[in-house]
Amino acid sequence: MNELIESLIRSPVFGIGISISTFYAGSLLYKRTRSPFMNPLLLSMLMIIALLVSLQITFEDYNQGGQFISFFLGPATVILAVPLYKKISLFRENIIPIIGGIGIGSAAGIVSIILMCKMFGLDELLSVSMIPKSVTTPIGIEISDQLGGLPSITVAAIVFTGIAGILIGPQVCRLFKIDDEVAVGIAIGTSSHALGTTKAVEIGETEGAMSGLAIGIAGLVTVFLAPLLAKLLL
Amino acid sequence: MKRIVQFAIILSICIAGNALHNFLNVPIPGSVLGMLLLLCLLLTGILKLSMIEDVSNFLLKHLSFFFIPAAVGLITCFSILEGKWAALLFISVVSTIIIVVVTGITVQVLMNRRRSIE
Repeated sequence: MNELIESLIRSPVFGIGISISTFYAGSLLYKRTRSPFMNPLLLSMLMIIALLVSLQITFEDYNQGGQFISFFLGPATVILAVPLYKKISLFRENIIPIIGGIGIGSAAGIVSIILMCKMFGLDELLSVSMIPKSVTTPIGIEISDQLGGLPSITVAAIVFTGIAGILIGPQVCRLFKIDDEVAVGIAIGTSSHALGTTKAVEIGETEGAMSGLAIGIAGLVTVFLAPLLAKLLL
Repeated sequence: MKRIVQFAIILSICIAGNALHNFLNVPIPGSVLGMLLLLCLLLTGILKLSMIEDVSNFLLKHLSFFFIPAAVGLITCFSILEGKWAALLFISVVSTIIIVVVTGITVQVLMNRRRSIE
């Protein structure tokens, strides 16, 4: 019996199965409550982590199946061109506000991260790992590596940031009277990459398109700004 | 069958994006290059939206599902992050707020200025 369970855990069925079932449960809870803290991804992540820790199942075992789901991240990023294509005229009309906003926002983000790391007395290794936390994972890892950071910390910070963006992004926009669809989308995408974009897509087509666009531009801006600001401030 | 063809088209663009990434040797991931490539193909009319629409709608609708394993990967950072959770969480949340506010307000101010000039 134990052998059967163990072989099941080591098979891709386990990782895929618990991902789908926890995400489904999370979606149901979200539909019931409509609370941003009942985000299906967040709930699913917490449930799976709790399950793995309590049953002492390794991440590698889970990822036997997980990697099949991660495989779709590439196509899912590529496909963000579709909403952007539908809104391309809106982008063309506002190209300067969009690029300007992403540039200034990204710079403010990097500076604030460096200053807060100093405030908390975090060592340089941790600080440079945190700097690229608002960009999409593959770009973030590359920047972290370049700055001499630890990519696994960067990934953790990227996930935190994405979830923070999902949970509070729309509320912060409302609080600061950021109500233009383009501005909301760009702000969410710049601050919380593809994870935030999942929320922006939910808010509306324009928001989703602009958020998807911001992922790429914010990534590029950060590639150039991060080493510069790190050298200046650290 | 239609959907399989659609998915094959999207996958080919992914592969092309990754190939471009290796070829150009730039710090931009293949998936972002693939996104730009798909945008070009759509804008030039080489690819029609209808050729990929069903699968792209499906992927967009369930976008956050595909991030589950990456998010669960947090588990592998537990030992490095011991004692630093609060700082990491605080910095992530506060800097996210700062970026949302600065970016959103900048975009809005610049858009309004452009409108008032016109």
